[in-house]
Amino acid sequence: MSSDWEAVALTAQLAAVTTLLLLLIGSPVAWWLARSKHPMKPLVEAVVALPLVLPPTVLGFYLLVFLNPDSVLGSLWLQLTDETLTFSFAGLVVASLVYSLPFMVQPLQTAFAAIGDDFLEAAATMRASPVDRFFSLVLPLTRRGYLAAATLTFAHTVGEFGVVLMIGGNIPGETRVLSIAIFEHVEMVNYPAAHSLSLGLLLFSFVVLAVVYGLNRRPVAGIR
Amino acid sequence: MVQLLVDVSGQRGRFEYRWQVETPVDGVVGVFGPNGAGKTSLLRAIAGLDRSTRGRVSLGGQIWLDSAAGIEVPTHRRGVGYVFQDGRLLPHLGVRGNLQYASRRAPAERGWFEDVVSGLDLEPLMSRDVHDLSGGERQRVAIARALLSRPALLLMDEPLSANDLSRRRALLPYLRRIANEFRIPTLYVSHSLDEMVALTEAMLICREGQVVAQGPTAELAQRSDLREVSDIPEAGAALSAQVVAIDRQTALAELNVGQHRFSVPSRGLTEGDEVRLQIHARDVAIALDPPSRLSIRNVLPAEVVNIDDPGFGTYADVVLDIEGAQLRSRVTRAAIMTLPLTVGQPCFALVKAASIEEHPAFDLH
Repeated sequence: MSSDWEAVALTAQLAAVTTLLLLLIGSPVAWWLARSKHPMKPLVEAVVALPLVLPPTVLGFYLLVFLNPDSVLGSLWLQLTDETLTFSFAGLVVASLVYSLPFMVQPLQTAFAAIGDDFLEAAATMRASPVDRFFSLVLPLTRRGYLAAATLTFAHTVGEFGVVLMIGGNIPGETRVLSIAIFEHVEMVNYPAAHSLSLGLLLFSFVVLAVVYGLNRRPVAGIR
Repeated sequence: MVQLLVDVSGQRGRFEYRWQVETPVDGVVGVFGPNGAGKTSLLRAIAGLDRSTRGRVSLGGQIWLDSAAGIEVPTHRRGVGYVFQDGRLLPHLGVRGNLQYASRRAPAERGWFEDVVSGLDLEPLMSRDVHDLSGGERQRVAIARALLSRPALLLMDEPLSANDLSRRRALLPYLRRIANEFRIPTLYVSHSLDEMVALTEAMLICREGQVVAQGPTAELAQRSDLREVSDIPEAGAALSAQVVAIDRQTALAELNVGQHRFSVPSRGLTEGDEVRLQIHARDVAIALDPPSRLSIRNVLPAEVVNIDDPGFGTYADVVLDIEGAQLRSRVTRAAIMTLPLTVGQPCFALVKAASIEEHPAFDLH
């Protein structure tokens, strides 16, 4: 049972790190997609959405190819940290960033597009710089978008299975996340253990989604 | 006073503009023209809101745009205040929050915040949510917000257009007051001649993305050739006047205009007030003999100095000199022929008392 708690903690840690990093990566990407009229925009949008449609095994396979110790990225990481990117927590984070990217970018893109130029222009005429405008205007106006994006990213990362199996394997305390632990229990025909973890995940997901939809229903001051 | 120089071209949607403006901005300069003349594109080019604008913009010695030299100062460093047609109050902040958004980012000056708030009578609104404001209140907050950013140049884009007529009348005194009290060089866009006459000393007349005339408002407001250019619905005259007496019995105020006396409804006026009268050409009739037994209160000896006859249609405008000041009278072309009226002819100008519109002058406090 203690190894199961370890899996829960690891999963939470992975989801938290992934969500935080994706908040930083996803914001500028979503901003660009919401504002730009660049001819490359549809291509970038397609790339961002790919993880939604690809089987996790395909994603995992390519990640394995690009992150293994013989690859450019993998060998660089090995030299820097003395650890491999594959079959490690760091590798899982990288994989999760790719896998969960659309869950961060798409809600943010929608939220950014909804602001429009009017208020940004008004703020600019009040001497607010672009960075200032982002924090004083965009962020407060897109709170709900950020909440939805972060929650979906977190929950989606918690539910990750195929990619983890391909690139992380099943190393306790390192890559053995919840979904892997459940899979292992089922393989061993340990149904009670699989039950308790599955039910926990089910309830957790339900509560998260209910909270998100509940917050979305409540009118937030400032949204017209 | 600062010198504004604009020489820009560009496109906004399908609308192409080529603005060439060189004018001192002393007080309020009007930007006047019909809807669709692209007046907004001029303000946006000056503020730097459209990245596609090419050319040169400078205020005083400061260069804001010089495409040839690769200079483009972003909007937030130009120090322009902008009052948008639709207010654009930041929706996540209340009234106070919107005002502070501007003042926190502006160069500090003691007492400025309080002066602006009291100048626009915003004290009762300070803790309100911006969604609960009326159209007029919203625009007052928007104007205050622009003033609080302490701009080098204030741009106002039809700030009254979102309001119905009675609200406009309520807002005009505020605009006059801030123009006089805060002395910020201002460009004021409108398609209403009334607003031009009430607020501006000089104006630029625009049509289809270009300036077609510029000069003192009092002069331009009289020119009939600009009427069609600018869709000026009512040509007329603007006269400065002073209230010299109030008769409470008849609710009439006596005004001095040059050497003449006018009587107008006394509502809202007090003795000593400086007002501007707007007299529409259609409200001035002409008599060749001194009229008697007449309901019209204002009868002035005059002389015909010009006849603006378009050469077709029903009406023509007669320009009358009333010893120093000029009035316009719109009469039928048939009347000109049968009276007849000729240049140099002495006559009497009949001005209906009710047709004189007074804009409450601002009061220094």
